Amino acid sequence: MKVLMFGWEFAPIYSGGLGVACAGLTKGLVKNNVEVTFIIPKKTGDIQTHVNLVSAAEMMENVTTFQQICINSPLMPYMNSESYQKAFGQNFTAARKNEGSESLYGQNLFEEVHRYAEAAIKIAEQETFDVIHAHDWMTYKAGINAKKVSGKPLVLHIHNTAFDRSGGHPSQQEYDIEKHGFHSADKIIAVSNYTKNMVTKHYGVHPDKVDVVHNAVDFDDHYVDAPRISEKDKIVLFLGRITLQKGPDYFVEMARKVADMIPEAKFVVAGSGDMEARMILRAAELGLGDKMLFAGFLKGDDITRAYKMADVYVMPSVSEPFGITPLESIKNGTPVVISKTSGVSEVVSNAIKVDFWDIDRMANMVAGILKYAPLKETMTEEGLRELQKISWDNSAMKCIDVYNQVMK
Amino acid sequence: MTSICMYFQVHQPFRMANYRVFDIGKHGNYFDDKKNEEVCKKVAGKCYLPANKLMLDLIRRTNGKFKIAYSISGTALEQFEKYAPEVLESFKELAKTGCVEFLGETYYHSLSFLYSKEEFEAQVKLHDKKIKELFGQKPKVFRNTELIYSNEVGKYAEQMGYSAVLAEGWDKILEWRSPNYVYQPNGTKKIKLLLKNYKLSDDIAFRFSNRGWTEWPLTAEKYAAWISAIQGQTINLFMDYETIGEHQWEDTGIFNFLEKLPFELMNYSHIEFKTPSEVAKMDSVANLDVPYMISWADLERDLSAWVGNKMQQSALNEIYKLESAIKKSDDKKLLEDWRKLQTSDHFYYMCVKYFSDGDVHKYFNPYDTPYESYINFMNILNDLVLRIKKPGRKGLFVRLMGKDEV
Repeated sequence: MKVLMFGWEFAPIYSGGLGVACAGLTKGLVKNNVEVTFIIPKKTGDIQTHVNLVSAAEMMENVTTFQQICINSPLMPYMNSESYQKAFGQNFTAARKNEGSESLYGQNLFEEVHRYAEAAIKIAEQETFDVIHAHDWMTYKAGINAKKVSGKPLVLHIHNTAFDRSGGHPSQQEYDIEKHGFHSADKIIAVSNYTKNMVTKHYGVHPDKVDVVHNAVDFDDHYVDAPRISEKDKIVLFLGRITLQKGPDYFVEMARKVADMIPEAKFVVAGSGDMEARMILRAAELGLGDKMLFAGFLKGDDITRAYKMADVYVMPSVSEPFGITPLESIKNGTPVVISKTSGVSEVVSNAIKVDFWDIDRMANMVAGILKYAPLKETMTEEGLRELQKISWDNSAMKCIDVYNQVMK
Repeated sequence: MTSICMYFQVHQPFRMANYRVFDIGKHGNYFDDKKNEEVCKKVAGKCYLPANKLMLDLIRRTNGKFKIAYSISGTALEQFEKYAPEVLESFKELAKTGCVEFLGETYYHSLSFLYSKEEFEAQVKLHDKKIKELFGQKPKVFRNTELIYSNEVGKYAEQMGYSAVLAEGWDKILEWRSPNYVYQPNGTKKIKLLLKNYKLSDDIAFRFSNRGWTEWPLTAEKYAAWISAIQGQTINLFMDYETIGEHQWEDTGIFNFLEKLPFELMNYSHIEFKTPSEVAKMDSVANLDVPYMISWADLERDLSAWVGNKMQQSALNEIYKLESAIKKSDDKKLLEDWRKLQTSDHFYYMCVKYFSDGDVHKYFNPYDTPYESYINFMNILNDLVLRIKKPGRKGLFVRLMGKDEV
C-alpha cells in the first residue's frame, strides 16, 4: 500500500505536537509495510530520521519505502493569519534569513496554503499512490487537489481545529477551509473523541465519517542526562505554545497558590507564543518574579531535560485535541496534571485530570504531588506500565483500517 | 446433617470530605456528612430495609428454622443512628427473634491488626460493647476486616474469648481439603475456624446477574440442588449484605431468589440452618495452618488491595505512627477522627491494581483516581497532626513527610 501524505512539520524539526505525531505515525505505518511519501512545505538542514530524507528533485531517482519531499514555503504550523503577518510581513527579510528559506511565494498565509496546494498537483501527477492522507487545515487544499488529479481517495487527519486554536472564536477563512476539506474527504481521522465531537458539532459532519485514532508515544529515544537545578527546588513545568489554547494564564494563577503552600516550588514555562509578554507581566504582578522562569522555546534533548528536571508537568489546555506532551512527560518519569478538555485524557488513566478553569483544584493537586513523595513514585510507575499499551503501532493499524475502508 | 451458615457483612465508611492542601491547619470537618447521609439513605432504601424485612419474614414463616448472622461495623451503626434510625430498628427486630447472631469485628472496620495490636483490641472491645448495647448479645464469633486472617488472628480471637473465627476458604491454604468442614487454627487450644465456600458464595454475590454465566439464570431450586449434593459439616455462605439490592439490583430477581431459597433447601431433610456460633459447637476435623495473611479480596486473596503500593504503605505508616501521641493527648474528638480515618476503605481507594482496566475497584471508588484519594487523605492527616496537643513545655512537634521530626 502506498500513501501520499501531506504535512507541514516532521520531528525532529517541529514546533509542536504535529511534527511528533507525524513522525510517530509514519514510523508505525512503515513498520506495517505501508509505503509513505511525506510532503512538507520546506526542508530545514540535514535531518536523521527513521526515514530517508530526500529533496523533491532527488525524489524521482531515489524511491524508498518512505520519502520526504520538500516544497519551499515559509508556512509555519499553528500560526493564524494575523501572527503570520507579524512574522513575515514587515520583518520578512529577517525572518527569511533566520529560517534559511531560499525563495518566497507570498506574504499572506492563505496565499501560502494556496501555493502549497498548487505544488500538490504536480506531486500528485508524478507520484504513484493508493490513498492520500493530509494532516491539519493548511494541507487540506493540497489533499483535495491531489484527489482531483489522481482520483484516489482522500483521508483528512484532524490534529487541531479552528475552534481549538482560537478558544471558540474561529477565523472564518480557516473554518471555511476546514469545512470544505471535511466535506470533500472520503474519511476523516480525529485524534480523539473530544475532537470527533467537535467536528460533528461545529462542521456538520456525520459521526460515521469520522474514525478516532489516538496518538501514542515513542520509546526508542536515546538517553539524556538531566541535572537538577538544585536538590531543594521542586519544579512545576508548563511546556507548550504560550497561546490562549494552552491555558498559560491558568498556569500562572495556579502557581501563585502553590507557591503560598510550597515555598520551595519553582515554575518553569517552556515555550513561546503571543501571550508570552502578558504572562511575564502577570507573574511579576503576582510576585512570582523569582519563582517563575521563562525558558523560551525548547528543542530536542532540552525538552527531555525539562521533563526530567520537573517534579510535575501541568497541561492546563483550554482545548487540546490530543496533547502528546503528557505522554512524553510520563515517559520521562514525571507525573502529570492535565486538562479534562483534552484528547490525551481519553487514553491515560494514571494522570490527575482537572477542569482548566478550576485553579483551586489544580493547585491542590500540584501541591499534593510536590508534598507527598510516594505519589510521584506510584504515578510514574503505573503510568509507565500503562504507556507500554499506547503504541504508534496500534495507531498505525487503525490508520490502515481507515485506508482499507476508503480503498474499497 | 449439613448446616447452612449464612453471614452478611454490613459496612459503611465515613467518606472523607474534599480537603485541600490549603485547608491544612483550618481544622475543618474531615468527613462529608451530606454524602454519607445520601449514601446511607440510598442503600437503606435499596438494601437494608427491604432485605431486613425479607429476613424477618423468612424467620417467621419458617418458625425460626431460618437463621443468619450479621457483622455490622461500628461506623455503619453510627451512621444508621444518625441518618437511618429505621434501619437500626429493623436490625433490633431481627435480634429479638433469637435466630440472628451478631459477630465481632473492629469497630472502625480497620486494618489495625496489621499495625497495632493495642489499637486492634481496643476497637474490638468497643465494637463488642456497641453490639451488646444495641442488640443485647455479646458477639461469640470474630471476623476480622475483609476476612483478613492468619494463624495469629486465630490466636488473638481465642485470647479474646471467641469460640470461632472466620476466614476465606482459599484453595492455596486448603490445598486438597474442603472448606465445608470445621477446622481449628494452628497454635490454638479450642477455637474453631469457619471457612467461606467462595464458589457458592460468589455465585450469589458476583455471578447472580451475569448473563454470560452458563448457569444464568440462577434459580433457588437449582442452587439448593447443588448444595444438597455436597458432602460436609457446614456450607458457609459469606458475603456483603449490600449484595442484596445494591450490588445485585432488585430487578435481577435477587429478592425472589432469597425468598425461595430457605424453602428449597428445607426440602432436603439433611440440611439445616445454623449460625456461626452453633457451627462452632461441632468438632473440628483437623488443624489448618495459615502462616501468612489472606483476605477475601480480589483474585489474589491477599492484602494488596490495601497495602499494595507506596501511597497506601506511607498513609498507613503515618497514621499508626500517631497512636501514642493521640492517646496521650486525651482529646476524644481527635481520637475519634483518627480512628474514622483508619477504616480500610480509605486505603482501598488508593489501590492502583487494575486501575487502568477499570473494574470492580472503580465501582466502589468515589475518587477519579487513587492519587486524588491519597492527596485528600494526606491533607486530612496533616491537619490532624496539627491538632495534637503539645504535652509539656517544649511540646511534641510532628511533621509528616518531613525530616525534622522531633
